[in-house]
Amino acid sequence: MIADLLSNFWVLLAVKVLIVAALIPVAGLVVGFAELKLSAKMQSRVGPYFAGGRWGWAQLLADGIKFFQKEDIVPENADRPVFKIAPALVLMGAVALWVVIPWGPGLVFRDLDVGIFYALAISSISTIGVLMAGWASANKYSLIGGLRAAGQLIAYELPLVLAVVGVVIMAGTMSLEGIVRAQAGWFGEGGPGLPFVIPQFVGFVIFMIAALAELTRIPFDMPIAESELVMGYLTEYSGFRFLFFFLAEFSNMFALSAIAATAFLGGYWMPGLTESQLTFAGPLILVAKVMVLVFLMIWFRWTFPRLREDQLQTLAWKWLIPIALVNIVATGILKVVI
Amino acid sequence: MSFSDWISQPVNWVFLGLALAVLAAGFRVVTSQNVVHAALFLVATLAGVAGLFVLLSAEFVAWVLVLVYIGAVVVLFLFGIMITRAPTGQDVGLDNRRARPVAAVVSLGLFGVLSWTSVRAFQDTAVAGVGERTPTDILGEALLGRFVFPFEVVGFVLLAALIGGITLARRDLTPKEEEERGAV
Repeated sequence: MIADLLSNFWVLLAVKVLIVAALIPVAGLVVGFAELKLSAKMQSRVGPYFAGGRWGWAQLLADGIKFFQKEDIVPENADRPVFKIAPALVLMGAVALWVVIPWGPGLVFRDLDVGIFYALAISSISTIGVLMAGWASANKYSLIGGLRAAGQLIAYELPLVLAVVGVVIMAGTMSLEGIVRAQAGWFGEGGPGLPFVIPQFVGFVIFMIAALAELTRIPFDMPIAESELVMGYLTEYSGFRFLFFFLAEFSNMFALSAIAATAFLGGYWMPGLTESQLTFAGPLILVAKVMVLVFLMIWFRWTFPRLREDQLQTLAWKWLIPIALVNIVATGILKVVI
Repeated sequence: MSFSDWISQPVNWVFLGLALAVLAAGFRVVTSQNVVHAALFLVATLAGVAGLFVLLSAEFVAWVLVLVYIGAVVVLFLFGIMITRAPTGQDVGLDNRRARPVAAVVSLGLFGVLSWTSVRAFQDTAVAGVGERTPTDILGEALLGRFVFPFEVVGFVLLAALIGGITLARRDLTPKEEEERGAV
């Protein structure tokens, strides 16, 4: 009965959309709460404590409900349609990333042939959303924030893509599922396998730095530098439109970590587990790896100072891109030689 | 094939919807009174074209379009517009009435040439393999095998254009100016 229903394309599509729509707020809550608690720990504070009882676990739920109750304010001079569409576009780019993440053997919303390429392409939609938000607010802080964000996202999109090319060369496929299989079967069927972080360590480091910049998190948060730009392109947003940006950031943090975990850390695969065991354990293994990377991102945020705008551009154009290109050449030569 | 046959296939509804959306957005690109709106309608147009490529099961081309055109070219457009002058609201100076006949001739001519060549090239042969996934490796092998020479030539031309652009835009300081700047 259920199998019959699921074989219908539209029913299956609706189910998949619902699952993604449910997963994103959950991931946002988990990552957001981890951020609150870990930052508190790193600053010798207690962090949220009262909401929901002992650990303050309901803090972000309360915050979310508060956002929904607020008035939906659009500034007088703002370009209304663009102002209103921008947050939706940013969230759309975040949602679309989830489509290609493989959670287990065959457990993927859609295993695209060009998987990892799709993920990098679709995230550029968010860039447009950020620029729209910055411009439509009719506020100088917003505009400067939007411009900084766009300049940064363009600069760091290149190392992000180039870092992944090394993995694609090694795996011989762009499908994320295929990349996981390539890592699991590196030394033949049933072998120990090889997570690509070992041969592609340079690529992994570049990917994580560029991912941090794509997320505009500290040390790359010039676009929303509070001390000079109020809140950058987010300044004029309030209520649930602000919540959209907020959710998109945490969702992107999870999704980009999941892509990094899949491309470099073996994704849902763990040595010693059979295919059928992976079907059940896969999602848990992936989430565990993602959480390690998310922890790294939060750790960076509370330990590093902010980069200046010129330092930020120098890092991307003069260091990360050349190193990524050398990495590609080296990987290509090794692929041919071995 | 009659129109009623054509329209009875669901894939053609999607095509019709996308094509009309692309046309409408393209029309708004040229008629919009606000330069940022025009660029945003260009995003919609390109997204629609990417959708048409997906419909032809050319996934890779579709996502290249999204990454390069939406993610880089239009973002640079917007960047350039916003860094110079981008008022919200209407910009009356944007509508250039005197150039309209020239623009009409150029665009109609381009439309004529493109449609004539594609109709002549394909005549009434159906495109094979629509609806099947196009493996990206075949595309890669074609680009770096049979078409490697044109591919490299295009790359070379782009590089030359890039270097030319930098040389034109950048003006090195004369020794005297450099001295003045050093003194300040």
